[in-house]
Amino acid sequence: MMLINCPHCGPRDEVEFHYGGQAHVAYPEDPHALNDREWAEYLFYRDNPKGRFEERWQHSIGCRKWFNAVRDTHTYEFLATYGANDTAPAPAPATVEGRM
Amino acid sequence: MANHLPEHPDFLWRNPDPKSSYDVVIVGGGGHGLATAYYLAKHHGITNVAVLERGWLAGGNMARNTTIIRSNYLWDESAAIYEKSLKLWEGLPEELEYDFLFSQRGVMNLAHTLQDVREAQRRVNANRLNGVDAEFLDPQQVKEVCPIINITDNIRYPVMGATYQPRAGIAKHDHVAWALARKADEMGVDLIQNCEVTGFYKDGDRVIGVETTRGRINAGKVGLAAAGHSSVLAELAGFRLPIQSHPLQALVSELFEPVHPTVVMSNHVHVYVSQAHKGELVMGAGIDSYNGYGQRGSFHVIEEQMAAAVELFPIFARAHLLRTWGGIVDTTLDASPIISNTPIDDLYVNCGWGTGGFKGTPASGFTFAHTIATGEAHPLNAPFSLDRFETGHLIDEHGAAAVAH
Repeated sequence: MMLINCPHCGPRDEVEFHYGGQAHVAYPEDPHALNDREWAEYLFYRDNPKGRFEERWQHSIGCRKWFNAVRDTHTYEFLATYGANDTAPAPAPATVEGRM
Repeated sequence: MANHLPEHPDFLWRNPDPKSSYDVVIVGGGGHGLATAYYLAKHHGITNVAVLERGWLAGGNMARNTTIIRSNYLWDESAAIYEKSLKLWEGLPEELEYDFLFSQRGVMNLAHTLQDVREAQRRVNANRLNGVDAEFLDPQQVKEVCPIINITDNIRYPVMGATYQPRAGIAKHDHVAWALARKADEMGVDLIQNCEVTGFYKDGDRVIGVETTRGRINAGKVGLAAAGHSSVLAELAGFRLPIQSHPLQALVSELFEPVHPTVVMSNHVHVYVSQAHKGELVMGAGIDSYNGYGQRGSFHVIEEQMAAAVELFPIFARAHLLRTWGGIVDTTLDASPIISNTPIDDLYVNCGWGTGGFKGTPASGFTFAHTIATGEAHPLNAPFSLDRFETGHLIDEHGAAAVAH
């Protein structure tokens, strides 16, 4: 069971949250310029790292706001949570991500 | 029942050290990797093959699944490949000379809402058009197939009917792996355990070998069959896959007398149950929503699954949980697998089976072996290529996949 620190409400149980996948995937600046390959990348291809991952969550049965998180997908440790429009905090030097 | 389990011999395969070079290297010694090696040897005469397994043979998802086998998928492409798989299952115990307890006890997929009923009837009709055995059962018929099920209408999601595939069933997963491993080994395939792939050697855009924890191994061709870790391997090889890895957990009860004669699945209240030959109730539910490689699942998923199970099967209320386990499944956006060439020449990938790879084991190996041997897709796996995400020819099986991706 994960304890997730909503930036607006504080720590809450994971059952209060909805997962939104990879964060910071921007809508194409010029959609008409994209070829099929680039559309496929935008629609279907997401990073899937074993380790540090920047992702979106929604506190769906709390404040209902979307926010971003940095989480380790192997240890499930939340390294940070931050606002939906903020940039991710830089990774701490020499983390132990993905080593188990 | 326990004394019906077949004896297994002391030694089923050799345990060779890796050679410096093979015609084909398969990465991943689970069901799909073993089946691929088996069909490479049997159908294509390619026996200079190594199957590299990071841990122990078939110790990943092959050892962690609910063993359900069925082919009642909606779309033509899926019906074709899963029905091919079921037909292969029906012949495999004899072909592999190994009784792995393939039991065609039928599968029911329950409907709990009017929309469920309509979807179920549509799928039954689609199955029949594709030559897949299927019936729609009303609640009384559901009860006749599985007497312990609760069909009263005073529960939150009463049983309003079910699809039924009589030829579907279960098999003893470990024995399936051992049977495939033994035959592949007999034909000359090297099964190499404790051998993790840590990198790829390339000549321009062509793969020429793999770097492993047991040294460099050259390869004419490389096939990836690593399930949940396919993305990690693809990144090492220098390309991306449109898959996301999630934990999926299952659990078993203590042993009971035979009470559950078939397999029951429910998308809507989300539980699936069968009874293993030894007597455990084997149950699963959906994946955890977040990406993860932790090989464990969330407790609230078990809570919801148990609530659904006890409402459907009141007799389970006093059963004790024996153990739970989690595996990492690789899901795609359309809930269909990828069996394909890749942007790297001579490197092929078989992944994205999500929550339902066990049933696909024979057809997965059969088609992947064809793709590796010939460099071309077999008609059965041509629709499951990587480029469907560019052409838009997606095969949306979220309904028939039966487990929420």
